[in-house]
Amino acid sequence: MSSEPRLVQGNEACAEGAIYAGMRFYAGYPITPSTEIAEILAKRLPQVGGKFIQMEDEIASMAAVVGASLTGVKSMTATSGPGFSLKQENIGYACMAEIPCVVVNVQRLGPSTGVATAPAQGDVMQARWGTHGDHPIIVLTPSSVKETFELTVRAFNLAEKFRVPVILLMDEVVGHMREKVILPEPGELPVYDRLKPNCSREDYYPYRADWDKAPPMAFFGEGYRYHVTGLFHDESGFATEKPEVIDLQLRRLHNKIYRHLDEIITYHSEQTEDAELVVISYGGTARAVSRAVKLARQEGRKVGIFRPQTLWPFPEEAVAELAGAGKKLLVAEMNYGQLLLEVQRVAAGRCAVTGCLQTNGELTQPETILNKIREVYEHAPGN
Amino acid sequence: MLPEIEQYFRLEKLPHMWCPGCGNGIVLHCLVKAIDKLCLDQDRTVMVSGIGCAARASGYLDFDTLHTTHGRALAFATGVKFAKPELNVFVLTGDGDCTAIGGNHFIHAARRNINLTTIVFNNNIYGMTGGQYSPMTPNACRATTSPYGNLERPFNLAELAIAAGATFVGRATTYHTKQLTDLIIEGYKNNGFSLIEVVTHCPTSFGRHNKMGSPADMLKWQRDHGVTAMRYENLSPEERSDKFIVGVLHRCEAPEYTAEYQKLQEKFRGR
Repeated sequence: MSSEPRLVQGNEACAEGAIYAGMRFYAGYPITPSTEIAEILAKRLPQVGGKFIQMEDEIASMAAVVGASLTGVKSMTATSGPGFSLKQENIGYACMAEIPCVVVNVQRLGPSTGVATAPAQGDVMQARWGTHGDHPIIVLTPSSVKETFELTVRAFNLAEKFRVPVILLMDEVVGHMREKVILPEPGELPVYDRLKPNCSREDYYPYRADWDKAPPMAFFGEGYRYHVTGLFHDESGFATEKPEVIDLQLRRLHNKIYRHLDEIITYHSEQTEDAELVVISYGGTARAVSRAVKLARQEGRKVGIFRPQTLWPFPEEAVAELAGAGKKLLVAEMNYGQLLLEVQRVAAGRCAVTGCLQTNGELTQPETILNKIREVYEHAPGN
Repeated sequence: MLPEIEQYFRLEKLPHMWCPGCGNGIVLHCLVKAIDKLCLDQDRTVMVSGIGCAARASGYLDFDTLHTTHGRALAFATGVKFAKPELNVFVLTGDGDCTAIGGNHFIHAARRNINLTTIVFNNNIYGMTGGQYSPMTPNACRATTSPYGNLERPFNLAELAIAAGATFVGRATTYHTKQLTDLIIEGYKNNGFSLIEVVTHCPTSFGRHNKMGSPADMLKWQRDHGVTAMRYENLSPEERSDKFIVGVLHRCEAPEYTAEYQKLQEKFRGR
């Protein structure tokens, strides 16, 4: 990377961010609108000593990513809605077996094949609950090309640190958008590598860790000779059906995320201090919201924007604070109200929560959001 | 247990969970004997398995072992092998795991000719879930989901592998243990995708429903029905109808995937 400004596409920023973070294994399957990530990495990875493979399907690419990560290589796949559905079983495997990896979903309009080239944000809940069983998950969502690069690096850092699959939830707008950016120089952003055991094979328990931590991870082929399974397992890694051991394992899987929210949750908030109304938005939609908020301010309305970069775990504390301060909340997203549900839950009736929801394959226009701002600002009940 | 193979087992995980009379233990025995004869480095050898009775084998073996999701062993193994080609990677999978839910990964691993030694424990049935018919259940056989006899036709897995591009294909039975060990050795030595299909017996869920007698009777059936290619040639069509060939079925040369990628890396590194 040079420090010269470049015109970069969102998907390209994701690919370059991954390489910057040390990703050296990519397995994927072609799907619009994420395909550029695969195309760029097919070219770039051999140049940097990495591996690229186009697998036979989405399921296989997720499986290969987990297999590769076990050998100690930072690994990634990218897809869109239909492929994201197919990957879910093995995403759950990565949660259970605690395998660090990054899964990019450049969202398109669904359900089903939907419109392959149209923007949407309909996978917010699938990213949270797509795989079966109780599991924590980290989901990050960028709203610009530069942020795509930065959050991709961050996704790897979190995956490595907490030994989890991290979902980078992009959307077609951000994925295909081109912006002039200066990409970070090596060393400018922190890059984190997973902890390895420093004990002997005899003393190594692959899943022994403090109640809120991820255990150090041995690489396959280094002589630890351990077992990895998607079955509930004890600290030795072998299957168990003992309720008390299952309970401990599942609690630790949750605690290692939920006891470290400060490290995981980031958001961007602007002009919320004096705001009577705060628009909560993310990804491509948040860009239209910025414009709408600016216009609303020009009209003399006290409006701010709250933009979570971490969707899951949801920035509950920050949103509760807005709700507690009696600000009206307007959630703008390209779906029928997925994050809206979460905001309503957190607001718990303490303030008016309204949605500005559009799911027709077009990016919500600033005017649409501005009209909604005016309506809510004037008519929604205050505190 | 023979002292020379003990070192390859996690003894504290035994006895295994398989039913009395199951053939899976025989396959494991032959596998570790092959590994012993090959003098493979235990620390550099990985066992990858899917879901099902056969897939539980990985847990008993003292290597890095990866027990994955149903049907996906070959896809996980592709990730392991491609990321670290210097590792020896074996895939342990059953007929349901490999040929039904994992069928797509099977043909593509063969097509790619990635250096994986795949051992398919073919007991003609889904054992773990209690005896449902698989793509390897012979026509007219009974299973819990084909109570009136199986209407479907089974795959010829070896021919499927050959057509898909596998560079080594062999078949043995749990009766022909010497041959099985030799085939695993040959399969490992092949620099590419190797399939070793093992005809094994499931007395509990297949034999019982199909009146095949005791586990010993099922082994005798394997002895009497698995024939060499030469003998098969001389059989009449009627005699062939219930026989299958055991031994090396196919061998050819083709570029191996991870080696080809390595060349590509060397060519484009630093560009």
